[in-house]
Amino acid sequence: MKEINYMQAQNEAFDEEMARDPSVFLLGENVDTWGAAAPSTRLIDKYGPERVRNTAISETAILGGAIGAAAAGMRPIASIMFVDLFGIIGDELINQLQMRYMFGGKLKLPLTIHTGHGAGVSAAAHHSKSLYVWLMAIKGLKIVVPSTAYDAKGLLKSAIREDNPVVFLTHKMLARLTSQVPEEEYLIPLGKADVKREGSDVTVVAMSFMVHRALAAAAKLQQKGISIEVIDPRTLVPLDKQTIIGSVKKTGKLVILDEEPKTGNAAGEISAIIAEEAFDYLDAPIKRVCAPDTPVPFSPVLEKFWIPDEDDLIKAVTEIM
Amino acid sequence: MPIEKKKLIEMYTTMVRIRTFEERAAKEFAAGKIPGFVHLYVGEESVATGACANLRPDDYITSTHRGHGHLIAKGGKTDRTMAELFGKKTGYCKGKGGSMHIADVDIGMLGANGIVGAGIPIAGGAALAAKMKGTDQVAICFFGDGATNTTRFHEGVNMASHWKLPVVYVIENNLWAMSTRTTDVSNITNITDRAAAYGIPAVAVEGNDVLAVYEAVGKAVARARKGEGPTLVECRTYRQRGHSEGDRQTYKPKEEAEEWKKKDPIPRFRKKLIEMGVLTEKEADKIDQEMLEELDKAVKFAEESPLPDPEEALADVFA
Repeated sequence: MKEINYMQAQNEAFDEEMARDPSVFLLGENVDTWGAAAPSTRLIDKYGPERVRNTAISETAILGGAIGAAAAGMRPIASIMFVDLFGIIGDELINQLQMRYMFGGKLKLPLTIHTGHGAGVSAAAHHSKSLYVWLMAIKGLKIVVPSTAYDAKGLLKSAIREDNPVVFLTHKMLARLTSQVPEEEYLIPLGKADVKREGSDVTVVAMSFMVHRALAAAAKLQQKGISIEVIDPRTLVPLDKQTIIGSVKKTGKLVILDEEPKTGNAAGEISAIIAEEAFDYLDAPIKRVCAPDTPVPFSPVLEKFWIPDEDDLIKAVTEIM
Repeated sequence: MPIEKKKLIEMYTTMVRIRTFEERAAKEFAAGKIPGFVHLYVGEESVATGACANLRPDDYITSTHRGHGHLIAKGGKTDRTMAELFGKKTGYCKGKGGSMHIADVDIGMLGANGIVGAGIPIAGGAALAAKMKGTDQVAICFFGDGATNTTRFHEGVNMASHWKLPVVYVIENNLWAMSTRTTDVSNITNITDRAAAYGIPAVAVEGNDVLAVYEAVGKAVARARKGEGPTLVECRTYRQRGHSEGDRQTYKPKEEAEEWKKKDPIPRFRKKLIEMGVLTEKEADKIDQEMLEELDKAVKFAEESPLPDPEEALADVFA
């Protein structure tokens, strides 16, 4: 085993997949030179500008180009710096990625969209969103939301090998977080949730950075004698409903922690699934702990207030105990 | 080098095939047999035909909402095309794309497209794949005058020019973006002027002259195959029918439509081939008749083909 951080883990995943498969290549803004925090660091030295293609500030051409290249047999990774820029590539996301379906299943579109997301670094509304639910509303797109370096590496390798479009979301607040990862190669399949902490009283579902808030809250609640099970879906599409339902059968209570504003977010979708498919196992109303229905604010004091935290989660859990 | 007789006859046949297809589609649409929208290519057949006559089966094209002609010119069969318009299981997309999104990746046709200009970056991507794989395939990207005002045009042409991708932009300037003249919404009156912004060559040709299109696109394709990058070819043509079927075209001046009708690409090419001694009147009539018969069969195939199973709607989301 070795200890590496979340960004290094992704760098290793890119490196291993590019070494394994000559059809894998990266294109996007500053993918060749950007600093040590970027997951594409130093790949240019090994693979050259043909496979680490620096582009103009042209998100539409980056994703549109990746779609064309994937349709013609390559396996591109399109780097779009922040998910907040997905408004720019709206057409490619909602209309062009659906080529396989619209062409009657004749085509595979093996491409990964790699992007940063999440609040917590005072980047304000244009650089802090997560947009999970926008992405979930797009048909034919898989969505990966890794919370640890270990998960990031194994999931990114699977995403690159996937014969379908996948969006891979990396959270800013997790960049330096480290995990133990095996020296040897490993893959984590898309669509398999991970129980990040076992517990018996309340199921908490959380994604990405929120997993760590959930774990912190669980540790505090343990001291009060409340046992929390933390489920990390790891991918929102496909969503591992069975693991969540299985946990709810055991605990009878569900809280979903989601860093996006409450109206129309992933927590709402997960709540609806559980209400529809596991209602009989619930002993209390489903609770959603989410950001308020506002854009993401800038000032640290405002942003801290905005992002759901351990106290918000503890309060929600306490209400249903 | 003179064009071989066989090639000239093929081009005439393709143009008549597209025209006959489109006129038949109009008839079947009016009869209520084709659901949705249909955007017909009548009057512009020379562009797809002349351009695609330079391509190999393994080359790529991207198309537009007005895409039947591009598909047929790239080698698409009229029966499976018509079946797709009818929403049948035997259509190119099993009834999931319809007229506006018809595609056949087996012949390099990467799709008609409901979004104006969306094919521009996609064609660049297909050309990038060819370049990275070291093949000498090229991509022809068809789009209209209206698409030159989109983000996709600027970003896509900029990227392809910088990377010297093997792509040829064939602009079908048919004077009308739905009911708007491009010159009424842009300061640019000559679309070819835009090429200077990307450092690529551009040429404007009479789009209704199939041989002029063939020659200009041929040079651009040769340049692309040699790795010298994209070219913009503006083909000045005219949309004889409405934007889509049912459009009464009240915005078009009558004289303009009449003038362009006289420049219809098919009679003029037919006349030329007869003058050149490539075809006799009788031989040309025979081709016209054969295409009518082919389309009768295509419509019959579409009519008699089964509908998709309703549950087919659930398939093909993911590979």
